[in-house]
Amino acid sequence: MKTETRAPGRALTIKVLRHNPADPDSQPQWASFELEEYEGMTLFIALNEIRDRFAPDLQYDFVCRAGICGSCGMVVNGRPGLACRTLTSTLPAEITLAPLPLFKLIGDLSVDTGEWMRGMSERLETWVHEQTTPDIHALEERMEPELAEEIYELDRCIECGCCIAACGTARMREDFVGAVGLNKIARFRLDPRDQRTDADFYQVIGDDNGVFGCMSLLGCHDVCPKDLPLQTQIAFIRRKMVTVS
Amino acid sequence: MKIVYTDVLVIGGGLAGLRTAVGVKQRGFDTIVLSLVPAKRSHSAAAQGGMQASLGHSSMGSGDNEDVHFEDTVKGSDWGADQRVARMFTHVAPKAIRELAGWGVPWNRVKQGEREAVINAERVVITESESAHGLITARDFGGTKKWRTCYTSDGTGHAMLFALGDQTIANGIPVMERMEALALIHESGRCYGAVVRSLVTGELTAFLARATTIATGGYGRIYKVSTNAVICEGTGTAIALETGVAELGNMEAVQFHPTAIVPAGILTTEGCRGDGGILRDVNGHRFMPDYEPEKRELASRDVVSRRMTEHMRKGLGVKSPYGDHLWLDISVLGKDHVHKNLREVTDICRYFLGIDPANDWIPVRPTQHYSMGGIRTDHRGESTTLKGLFACGEAACWDMHGFNRLGGNSVAETVVAGMIVSEFIADYCADSASDINVSTGLVREFVEREQAGLDRLVSGGGREQAGPIRQRMEEIMIDQVGIFRTGEELDRAVDELEDLLARSRNLGVRSSAPGPNPELVAAYRLPKMLKLALCAALGARERTESRGAHFREDFPQRNDRDWLNRSITTWPEAGASLPNLGYETIAVADMELPPGFRGYGTRNYIDHPDSAERDARIEKILETVDPDDRHARQAALMPFDHLLPEKYRPRNQRLEATA
Ligand SMILES: Cc1cc2nc3c(=O)[nH]c(=O)nc-3n(C[C@H](O)[C@H](O)[C@H](O)COP(=O)(O)OP(=O)(O)OC[C@H]3O[C@@H](n4cnc5c(N)ncnc54)[C@H](O)[C@@H]3O)c2cc1C
Ligand code: SF4
Ligand code: SF4
Ligand code: FES
Repeated sequence: MKTETRAPGRALTIKVLRHNPADPDSQPQWASFELEEYEGMTLFIALNEIRDRFAPDLQYDFVCRAGICGSCGMVVNGRPGLACRTLTSTLPAEITLAPLPLFKLIGDLSVDTGEWMRGMSERLETWVHEQTTPDIHALEERMEPELAEEIYELDRCIECGCCIAACGTARMREDFVGAVGLNKIARFRLDPRDQRTDADFYQVIGDDNGVFGCMSLLGCHDVCPKDLPLQTQIAFIRRKMVTVS
Repeated sequence: MKIVYTDVLVIGGGLAGLRTAVGVKQRGFDTIVLSLVPAKRSHSAAAQGGMQASLGHSSMGSGDNEDVHFEDTVKGSDWGADQRVARMFTHVAPKAIRELAGWGVPWNRVKQGEREAVINAERVVITESESAHGLITARDFGGTKKWRTCYTSDGTGHAMLFALGDQTIANGIPVMERMEALALIHESGRCYGAVVRSLVTGELTAFLARATTIATGGYGRIYKVSTNAVICEGTGTAIALETGVAELGNMEAVQFHPTAIVPAGILTTEGCRGDGGILRDVNGHRFMPDYEPEKRELASRDVVSRRMTEHMRKGLGVKSPYGDHLWLDISVLGKDHVHKNLREVTDICRYFLGIDPANDWIPVRPTQHYSMGGIRTDHRGESTTLKGLFACGEAACWDMHGFNRLGGNSVAETVVAGMIVSEFIADYCADSASDINVSTGLVREFVEREQAGLDRLVSGGGREQAGPIRQRMEEIMIDQVGIFRTGEELDRAVDELEDLLARSRNLGVRSSAPGPNPELVAAYRLPKMLKLALCAALGARERTESRGAHFREDFPQRNDRDWLNRSITTWPEAGASLPNLGYETIAVADMELPPGFRGYGTRNYIDHPDSAERDARIEKILETVDPDDRHARQAALMPFDHLLPEKYRPRNQRLEATA
């Protein structure tokens, strides 16, 4: 392997909203770091460099660093997104990074999306409800190939929380299930293996913390890093739930 | 001192850990899952291409069954696998797929009628039967005789992990996120649980359990470039090693995946080549058929990775500021296919390379990918030497992969092992032998030892920093314990890693920030990683043959006469600079499939003296059995049914009654 030769890049200023709730003396404040950009630099690389060189205690969450696991949602220049797959070259030379709002802050850019998502899953029961356990030694139930693809299309949500961070209703209602929750209902509703009826789904999302709390401003749709069809799904679920009610 | 009791402590919330937890819970035992990150963010989510199971529904998979899958797996392992475990695995894999289907995984399905596919760079028409319509389909992967890899687009791991994650929630199993196991609590050859650190508050807690299960995944991050998630640091494997009692198996067996993008090291799935993508060199020439005329791009991973490296060494790689690379061309598959069936790949290319793989070639290079080595267990998943400690998934050396695992066999292993091992764990927990008779004094001792270690890092005045030592370790591993290895380089690697380990005993951290303190985290993980690196480097140095992914340029032959065995490392003395290395024989006399030619390059290996005898014996046995009854033939050669939990013994139904 040869050593890397780099052309000198832009001078970046990266401002991070820092706060360590575990430290009683800590107050939220902006910290500013200067870096030289190089080709292929992502926010993952930039933050690691900042931690290495300037701020060994800087907190953030990366796992797959490939845009797959949903760990690294943060607010980049005012917009929620996945930091790991954001190339600095797509941003101006001054970059601001803040943690996703509405989730419990763990420290700096790290927030507790896990606990939030589990709570949502428990309330909406986001699993296949089957009456009988299938026989695993026998041929599986058949499914139309197109239907399997449609389910996968909605199954692709990575629970990154970006849609929640962009949602006006979530800001006002702590228990609002958000686009992520409504999309999950759409996903299980589509799945013939889940034997719940619309009346059952109404039980869990037929109120202001569910589909009727949504103001359809679609901040969620614009920021979803997996390009899920949130707009059509929310509208669809709302129509279905209105029919049941 | 905080102590939490449970029946089964599961360390790791990936596919293997979650399936284990669900299994023991359904048997009525209490369980707690610990994970560094929310379970659904575990590395398993990144598996793209698919999961092998011999359903044989798609026309290109027709005629597939457990026998064919078994043979592919054992050949793929270069005869390093435990063949009984490989049998257990191939038998349960179809059940695992079907279980997951029941839990909602939207497996892609067979569509009856004609469809276009690309095979060997040519468009061909495949006809799917009406009788298979709507059943689970499969794609081609390297090293397999049949199209056997079941998939959901190229987000297979994601779909599986979310289904299992949701089952975990449905079963009310607590998953404690951001919790890191630092040490196992054990005494007199029995494991009682673990000392665990919160990555939110920094506090230590002791978890005591009848059975402790390690499902912490691989150790890819001891290498400088890896397709693995950044949390795949092998600390779970290391805490088993640090007991001084538990054994690790085959730590030198490290797989390199042919096609990770340059420079980020992010994987593009084997499905790219399985679906018909090809490799090209600096001149745009498709070079794999020159080396492997029969299997071409779909030879086993270790073979393709070596051929690519060989080709680049000839100066036929593409020069770049980040070193040489080759091209992966999937544009031949057409825009529709690429954008629909290789969607993650499309996203990755778009975001990290700024290209559309439907039009542009992808810069790729072989990159560290999978850890065959891990905690050595018996077929029940229990450590061979530390009672009450179980392991499964990539963290284990259960040993169905031997020296090379086939693509698609890993996510399959995670769930299959979870299914099987959880039954044995439950049996163990039902027995009074698993009662937790441990004094709080012992627990206190373990917790205090860990706390003292952390305190020393923060305020012990250590002068070394983790960053540079870690970087050097990663470089040594990729440069000297990589795809091609030589005795001389391995010698240097071992020496230098020993030095680094010695230096790591003098680490200090600058920051004393309350809470998780990432600098402290990096510091306490480093010596663990160095120990794993030493196990791998030492194992590689001593193994003077080439087998599967372990390739010695100075000993290019597979040598069954002297090396048909498993490397076993332990670390009995905490202060030692090197592990103990021993070997476990793999007996030819017990094999259903005695060592033979793997089918790559020229036939070039040193026979085991018992091979001929076993071949003759097999021929003899088979004379007495009905040639049309494949189950009877198999059972006559190497019975394995009795090793399986009873509920997994029934045969798998397939379309043709004959299969
Ligand atoms: C990019 C990529 C693509 C792949 N694609 C495929 C594929 O298509 N088909 C296939 O068969 N295989 C594939 N693999 C391999 C496969 O994904 C992995 O081998 C498998 O998912 C490992 O699962 P696991 O449950 O053993 O571990 P992981 O999923 O890695 O989970 C490990 C868990 O342990 C936890 N953990 C780790 N250390 C500690 C600790 N000290 N304390 C507490 N918790 C801890 C982590 O938080 C995590 O929850 C791929 C691998 C990569 C890298
Ligand atoms: S719906 Fe989209 S934005 Fe919301 S959690 Fe899922 S992937 Fe993230
Ligand atoms: S459309 Fe609904 S869910 Fe989406 S951001 Fe607006 S209020 Fe939230
Ligand atoms: S780190 Fe996984 S999505 Fe960014």
